Amino acid sequence: MNTNKANRFLGHLPVHVIIVTLCLLWLLPAFGLLVTSFRPFQDISDTGWWTVLSAPKGTADYDASCAACHGNDGKLITAADLTDPELVGRYPRSLQLMAMLRKEIDGKPHMADLPAPEAQQAADIASYLRRISNIENPPRFTTSNYVDALVGYRGTTTYAKDCAAGAQSLDLKCNASDLLNPRGMSRAFLNTLAVSLPATLLPILFAAFAAYAFSWMHFRGRMALFAVLVGLQIVPLQMTLVPISRIYAQLGLNGTFLGVWLFHTGFGLPYAIYLMRNFLGALPQDLFESVYLDGASHWTAFYRLALPLAMPAIASLAIFQFLWVWNDLLVALVFLGGKNPVLTYQISNMVTSLGGGWHLLTAAAFISMLLPMIVFFGLQRFFVRGLLAGSVKG
Amino acid sequence: MASVTYEHVYKRFGDVVAVNNLDIKIEDKEFLVFVGPSGCGKTTSLRLLAGLEEITDGQIRIGDRVVNDVPPKDRNIAMVFQSYALYPHMSVYDNMAFGLKLRKTPKAEINKQVKEAADILGIGQLLDRKPKQLSGGQRQRVAVGRAIVRDPAVFLFDEPLSNLDAKLRVQTRAELSKLHQRLGTTFIYVTHDQVEAMTMASRIAVMKDGLLMQIDSPQNLYGHPANVFVGGFIGSPSMNFFDVTLVEQDGKLFVDGGTFKLATPDDRQAAYLPHKGRRVIFGTRPEDIHTAQYAAPGIVPAPMQAEVDVTELMGNEIFLYLLTGKKQFIARVDPRTHARPGEQVDLLVNMDNMHLFDPQTEKTLDAWK
Repeated sequence: MNTNKANRFLGHLPVHVIIVTLCLLWLLPAFGLLVTSFRPFQDISDTGWWTVLSAPKGTADYDASCAACHGNDGKLITAADLTDPELVGRYPRSLQLMAMLRKEIDGKPHMADLPAPEAQQAADIASYLRRISNIENPPRFTTSNYVDALVGYRGTTTYAKDCAAGAQSLDLKCNASDLLNPRGMSRAFLNTLAVSLPATLLPILFAAFAAYAFSWMHFRGRMALFAVLVGLQIVPLQMTLVPISRIYAQLGLNGTFLGVWLFHTGFGLPYAIYLMRNFLGALPQDLFESVYLDGASHWTAFYRLALPLAMPAIASLAIFQFLWVWNDLLVALVFLGGKNPVLTYQISNMVTSLGGGWHLLTAAAFISMLLPMIVFFGLQRFFVRGLLAGSVKG
Repeated sequence: MASVTYEHVYKRFGDVVAVNNLDIKIEDKEFLVFVGPSGCGKTTSLRLLAGLEEITDGQIRIGDRVVNDVPPKDRNIAMVFQSYALYPHMSVYDNMAFGLKLRKTPKAEINKQVKEAADILGIGQLLDRKPKQLSGGQRQRVAVGRAIVRDPAVFLFDEPLSNLDAKLRVQTRAELSKLHQRLGTTFIYVTHDQVEAMTMASRIAVMKDGLLMQIDSPQNLYGHPANVFVGGFIGSPSMNFFDVTLVEQDGKLFVDGGTFKLATPDDRQAAYLPHKGRRVIFGTRPEDIHTAQYAAPGIVPAPMQAEVDVTELMGNEIFLYLLTGKKQFIARVDPRTHARPGEQVDLLVNMDNMHLFDPQTEKTLDAWK
């Protein structure tokens, strides 16, 4: 019995190891991004996200060089209180600090017989002192990255600080209207929503109609037409960018939401029809004959029987199509561009030319991930729910 | 409430003739059962009437109306499917009310009809449940209830009992018969189970390969099969058939099977005389073969001998699998009979219930009616 269990455990071990590895492979970077997105930008450029809970930078150097005389909290020598911002303010950089340390105090060397700190150590000590003297003491975690990303702040400090100082750039008003700033993620969020919802609903609606007809209405050339439609799946999206762009230019659809909706609908339909038809076609024929005998027209049979029963298929289709449209950059870039920037477009503009702006990038990434995650977890149960259980004797 | 008429109805699927010249008049309030082996066209006949398949040729009338081109929903029929075909996302109440809702029946009226039907079927306490929360028998009742509330002119049943267990099937059979009496509506019922057909039908239509073999009351079908197929299909265990020659001896006709020679009854002489000297098929049911010891009184006995092959004790009777020459046949005999495999037994055949069939056409040679 026990050997059996052990054997089974060993048999499954590789699977478990692979699953755990895969989970870590996905979760670890995501978690790192999440932590980073909540750190102040000064910390992000200094230390990695995994140090977020360890002692602040320079602590060890301070303990080694200064704590013996100045005490752990820096207040031991009242004449030279290291928590006094006025005193610390005189040594903003490591050079000034090192010069001061080389001077004698009351005829004795400042550091006595302790070795003087190196340049890097001195810099770390200086930043530690600024921290304990409250000159520059950012919290470990902050939501300012999210605020900055949402309103599209591009300055050197934070949106809140700039607004408090009245030093905001021209495109920011420091009130709620900043949420609609075209450079911000909140505006992009709304734009993406405006793209994604119709671009998800339209193909599903059309596909449901088509799938019903392909499954339960008899007309000539049904299978041939279905085969052609399914075959359209192989048309690469990129191939159609130029022709459609030209047509859109003639119709005045470039840069409009309608253009993007139509494009996504067109490219979502073949797969959507394929999936929905397979699902609807697999429903028991008796059900539909029964509903026709009960007096239903095709339209009634569609929305009273086929649609409710197809909910699992619709849910999975909705998830796929929604995620694809939500994460799409290419189509939005070509047909919407900067006119109505979407999330993906906006994120790609977050990184500065020097590779900075991490704090905004990580926050923006999580803003854009929020809705897809809600959608996935919200509709997930449709995958597992056996809606058909019990309809016919199995 | 209406009669149903099939007039020379054909249904072809490509080269296959599923229904071949079906010509039946089903009276109002009749309980007609289509029975036959699978693929015989019985279900297709029903679906033609329901409008779920299109007629290739011929005419179907419900009452006086030709319904060939009438869509299913306007034929005033209700159908119970083998799978029950309940709508899985609706409660029992909604399942039953659905047809009425589509016909814009007033709410109060719907409510009344559904409650009534539920009471008849004893499913009043299940109205709020979903189909998946019901047992097989309950689902079957809901399916029947859904048909009842519509108050149709004709009820169609497509093997509604075949998904139930044996005990429930017997019980439901009786309930359907009662329901038929209570509703007084035309019932048309399809089954492959001849017991269902015999127990419920007022008339049975036996089909084979798309052809109607015989349509008659259960008694007549059993007592006077029109051909070899019907004789063998109705009754369990089925009728024994022997290839025999009809010979005359001492002014009487005998069936001569080589190993046995049995006298035909006096009242059949005139009918059988034209076939004297011919090879014919002789049919006799297992219950008409008795062991000499326990023969029923008052029969016209014809003695024969056979070797016991296998015996099956059923409790109230014994099935003897017997051999005469190389030919095996079955007898249902008195349970007190002692017969061991390998023994010779003396048998008496009740020739009053004998049948003769033409070996070419397989049609009966019995002249009755």
